[in-house]
Amino acid sequence: MSAHDELHAHGDDRGHDEDFGIHATFSGYMTGFVASVVLTVIPFWLVMGHVITKSSTAAVIILALAAVQIVVHMIYFLHMNAKSEGGWNMLALVFTIVLVVITLSGSIWIMYHLNSNMMPSMMDPSNLP
Amino acid sequence: MSEISNTLPGRGPHQPLVFHDTHESHPANGTLLGFWVYLMSDCLIFACLFAAYGVLGREYAGGPTAQEVLELPAVAVNTSLLLLSSITYGFAVLAMQRNQRNPMLVWLVITGLLGAGFITLELREFAHLISIGAGPQRSAFLSSFFTLVGTHGLHVTCGLIWLVVLITQVLKKGLISANKRRLLCLSMFWHFLDVVWVGVFSFVYLMGVLP
Repeated sequence: MSAHDELHAHGDDRGHDEDFGIHATFSGYMTGFVASVVLTVIPFWLVMGHVITKSSTAAVIILALAAVQIVVHMIYFLHMNAKSEGGWNMLALVFTIVLVVITLSGSIWIMYHLNSNMMPSMMDPSNLP
Repeated sequence: MSEISNTLPGRGPHQPLVFHDTHESHPANGTLLGFWVYLMSDCLIFACLFAAYGVLGREYAGGPTAQEVLELPAVAVNTSLLLLSSITYGFAVLAMQRNQRNPMLVWLVITGLLGAGFITLELREFAHLISIGAGPQRSAFLSSFFTLVGTHGLHVTCGLIWLVVLITQVLKKGLISANKRRLLCLSMFWHFLDVVWVGVFSFVYLMGVLP
């Protein structure tokens, strides 16, 4: 009898694979949704209500809130954690983040300097050292 | 009964080889991991477009500036539509987990309508920009703007087509395992587009209109 139970339990286990390891919950989705709404409303309010006059401060706050919201989406909507898919999910994500950071920061850094060096003032011989 | 238990691995004294399936060495389902890797490659495409916008976003070439042409109220509505469609897709996944076919289909249809609303608003914005002479050929800013936002819109459109196909599949074949897998893939795709949109509305629209 115990063997039969064992077999049955094994069959059940296979059945669980139909969930594909994703265990979405209502509370999880609602947490993510409420957090996203808050994290969206704040930057829109900051910009549309002209709350912060200094552009650079506003930009830093907007980017920080966006980063937090992306993490919220990843955890609550995309069900990311260190254990999903045996850790390979997280590995692919970390690899991509590294490439994205290199692409974004590298492009903007290099092109900004390239831009500065292309300014017409650089062409003026009196400005040369 | 004892015969059966003797044939099972690990049962009885004459079974020298015992195999344990620990589920740790490889993921249970390769499809979702593969789809995740695809999403990451998509992420790199968007990173390149964001980088291009970051470099070119203030090059107006004497044309209209971001402050003049971008309308935040419309973007706020757009953002709400996409965020709502994300949570309704989540409800569809919850219904799918409980094997409730019809509630799931209703949530999927609502998701599709919200997504269609998003695309409609975005196309109207594009049409308006082009009509006032702020098309993609006007300046580097507008070229990179149309490329980045348009690529995201194209993704959402593809997601909508996929959604319609999946609704048809579920109507024809029911909630079979293959359809569940496809629905989960599309859910990742849909939520991922929302993640990209967070970057778009923050980086392009909100920071674009800052003085």
